[in-house]
Amino acid sequence: MASQDFVWMIGGPQGSGVDSAANIFARACCYGGLHVYGEREYHSNIKGLHSYFHMRISKREVRSRVDFVNLLCTFDAESVVRHVWDVAPKGGIICDEAILNTKIMNIPTLPPPFLAEFQKTAEKKEVEARTVSDLLKDAERTNVRIYAVPYMELLKDIAKQIDEERLSKLTRMINVLSLGISFGLLDFDKAMVKKAVSMVFAKKPRIIVMNMLALDKAYEYVEQEFGGDFGYKLETVQTDEKRILVSGFEAVALGKLLGGCRVQTYYPITPAADESVYLEANEIFDLVQGTSGEEKEGSIVVMQTEDEIAAINMASGAALAGARTATSTSGPGFSLMVEGLGWAGMNEVPVVINYYQRGAPSTGLPTRHGQDDLKFAIHASHGEFPRIVLASGDTEECFYDAIRAFNYAEKYQMPVIHLIDKAIANSTRSCKIFDTSRAKIDRGQLRFQWEKTDRYKRFEFTESGISPRIPLGTPNAVFWNTGNEHDEFGHTSEEPLNRTRMMEKRMRKLELVDREIPIEERVSFFGAPEASVTIVSWGSPKGAILDAMKRLSQEGWKVNFLQIRMVHPFPKEHVSEVLNRAGKRIDVEMNYSGQLASIIREQTGVVMDNYVLKYSGLPMSSDEVYNAIKLILQEKAPKRQVLPHGS
Amino acid sequence: MALKMTDYRTKVFVDWCPGCGDYGILAALQMTLAELQLPHYKVAVFSGIGCHAKMPHFINAYGIHTLHGRTLPFAIGAKLANPELEVIAVGGDGDGLGIGVGHFVNTGRRNIDITYLIHDNGVYGLTKGQASPTLKLGLQTKSLPKPNINDGINPIALALTSGYTFIARGYAYDVRHLKEMIKKGMQHRGLALIVVLQPCPTYNDINTKEWYSGEDRMDPATGKAVSRLYKLEETGYDPVVRGPEEEMSKIVSAFERAREWGDRIPIGVFYQNETLPTYEDRISKRIPHYGQKPPAKQKICKDDGAPTANLAALLEELIVT
Ligand SMILES: Cc1ncc(C[n+]2csc(CCOP(=O)(O)OP(=O)(O)O)c2C)c(N)n1
Ligand code: SF4
Ligand SMILES: [Mg+2]
Repeated sequence: MASQDFVWMIGGPQGSGVDSAANIFARACCYGGLHVYGEREYHSNIKGLHSYFHMRISKREVRSRVDFVNLLCTFDAESVVRHVWDVAPKGGIICDEAILNTKIMNIPTLPPPFLAEFQKTAEKKEVEARTVSDLLKDAERTNVRIYAVPYMELLKDIAKQIDEERLSKLTRMINVLSLGISFGLLDFDKAMVKKAVSMVFAKKPRIIVMNMLALDKAYEYVEQEFGGDFGYKLETVQTDEKRILVSGFEAVALGKLLGGCRVQTYYPITPAADESVYLEANEIFDLVQGTSGEEKEGSIVVMQTEDEIAAINMASGAALAGARTATSTSGPGFSLMVEGLGWAGMNEVPVVINYYQRGAPSTGLPTRHGQDDLKFAIHASHGEFPRIVLASGDTEECFYDAIRAFNYAEKYQMPVIHLIDKAIANSTRSCKIFDTSRAKIDRGQLRFQWEKTDRYKRFEFTESGISPRIPLGTPNAVFWNTGNEHDEFGHTSEEPLNRTRMMEKRMRKLELVDREIPIEERVSFFGAPEASVTIVSWGSPKGAILDAMKRLSQEGWKVNFLQIRMVHPFPKEHVSEVLNRAGKRIDVEMNYSGQLASIIREQTGVVMDNYVLKYSGLPMSSDEVYNAIKLILQEKAPKRQVLPHGS
Repeated sequence: MALKMTDYRTKVFVDWCPGCGDYGILAALQMTLAELQLPHYKVAVFSGIGCHAKMPHFINAYGIHTLHGRTLPFAIGAKLANPELEVIAVGGDGDGLGIGVGHFVNTGRRNIDITYLIHDNGVYGLTKGQASPTLKLGLQTKSLPKPNINDGINPIALALTSGYTFIARGYAYDVRHLKEMIKKGMQHRGLALIVVLQPCPTYNDINTKEWYSGEDRMDPATGKAVSRLYKLEETGYDPVVRGPEEEMSKIVSAFERAREWGDRIPIGVFYQNETLPTYEDRISKRIPHYGQKPPAKQKICKDDGAPTANLAALLEELIVT
């Protein structure tokens, strides 16, 4: 465990304010100069089922979750039962006094597989736990402090103070109350918390007033009842760095706006829809002044379509008209888009698909994490055509990759799939403010005018494979598109010679991508050039791997890490070179079969020595990655390790 | 110089079967473009997949031959990005009312200013004559091994309930009348549907040219065939909604006419309502500059590639130090 870090977890039924409490907590910590990494877990349910936020706080930047909790803050019995054993010694549990006598077997939302597993663990731990109170008493024996708080009593006091008779209206404040208890125990600067409350509820002044009272009440209560009892304190630190608190989906959306996306189509699906909703809420945005004459505002048209088939094809239509266009989806939606993807490939349409993976197949784990779709993204559709597939490893990469995706799409005139996943999309993280000055837009061979002298050929045979592109509506020209094989003008042609040349023209572009895009944009490398083991991974495990590496190197182990950021076309020469001089080669990814490893083998012939996989629906924690790699270093590991952590 | 109908032709060989109704539809569309004097580059014709879908290749304008059933989403995408385009979508009855019917209905919710032509031939022409969604129950066209076990969709009635604001029917062999229908549809402010009765001499041996013109029904007095088709406008039928109070009664009478089939089949305009805001109006209400600066016309970067979007205000909401 990284000792300078502190982990706060908040749990409760969905719809009871877990998210807003977590948001306030994160903001308050950031105002106090601290870094946070918050991971959100929830069921495919609107109200009532368990959800939680796992928030790691540190003086340095944090980028993954860990396996322990220092302070567990709960609203209901289920949250205690589910997470009590995650709380580390000397940690604390905040709960509602009213749930102490709840019988565990009577909690209706705990599913049978969980209860069976729970019973087994209880037996192993020799805990006889009938009620929540039994569990908590046992926790106390392992040096965990229990803070049972009479939420209702405190609410009644507040109700009196503000003359609000309807207590039911106030139960919505339990989240802020428990938040206040948490911060009170941690002796955290109340001004920071109040600032965060005012920000989060900026549009609801009455709620701010009520929540301020709840905060005061909570701090007061801690002072009276538990003053100085909790071993941990959260101290603010000074920082000059300009930081943002941002979720993955916001990073993607911001990158898209900056990258020139002006039409977004989508059909609602978790975890992709948040991005589209954010874009629609911000459909009008500022323009840099002095650049576009008098224009002060730009806009993006966000279209909620009838299905994903419409979404991809509408996006292609808008792209043909010359707008930078994207669609966002997840696995089930992408499955429906496949025919449209092939059409875009055949007609060399620069359309971007932001693909948020979740546990699959089918509807799979609608709100949980997975990296099951790498091969699908690369191979989806009948036939062969060029495409680019990018995979972001964290929030910041999401931002920069979202911009890059459009440049690649327009420059090489092909669909670009930008892989993201639930762990990134739904995690909030503090990081250095995005550097918007780094962004550049490159529209490739797009022209807005055509000279009459030359008859325009949309699919002109060229050496590079790239033909000049004009939007629909460009004067002095017309062109045709068809999903059928076509001639240079875009008219259907089944002539074998033309077919052969057209295939080669299209596929040549992929070679161009491979040659032109610098390796720094396609992979990242971390750690010393020489090491006993080399980790290869893609997407969100990046954070857990880097955090694990840090601990390993502090212990003197030599580990390095190759992150693949462009998974197609695969940077095979570079990867081959790195892996051929590597010691042990470890594949780390969140799927069952080790899809990246299999691509590496196909593309380079290199067979990975070890696999660290996880497909439980929960992201990898840095602790479990650390343990798994260490076992490999100590030569005690099986070839394939499947990580188990999380509930 | 004025544009002629022939200016809208391409050199691509027209490979429909001899006598196919699609020739008439193509001619009517080219005549309309000439009559409206639309420059080639302003027009974008979209199509799905089927015999009908070859149309764009024969028209000298931007032509996008898309996927089976997907002509509307493509067409809408282009229109959204650049509303200055004159967008015409062409679909088949299998294409638009079978595999693509979800788009047919949902497009009705949007009243987007495009014109949609459906070639209604009762069959899946290009796949050799299977029953299309408009073929009536019990009919057995040439290549069906058994009579049709499904009933037919009524596209006019479906359009009425889906929210189309211009609904007309034309006949592929009455090219002049069809041209009028297409022209009215294109001039209509909002979403226009023109269902074209299109004989397919190769596979539909029931709803043939002879059947439509009533060659089996000779008027003993004149010795001439009594056509099954009649023109709504010649009966004093008034399809136009002039205010919200007229909407319901016009929908009801259009629905009644839509139900007519067999011995009396109406063609002409069934319904027209220009009192409703178009999709473009609705977007402009939210994004006031949409009309002048739609997505495709926005400048997204400076000459040196620096983006024009300024994220400062959005980042400000996220800043925490
Ligand atoms: C997804 C998909 N399924 C099936 C087909 C095969 N297909 C080609 S044309 C066609 C039917 C066309 O019928 P219709 O839309 O009525 O057009 P018509 O040929 O009659 O003009 C079908 C099913 C296809 N192209 N795509
Ligand atoms: S099969 Fe029918 S619809 Fe197709 S071209 Fe021949 S006649 Fe026309
Ligand atoms: Mg048909």
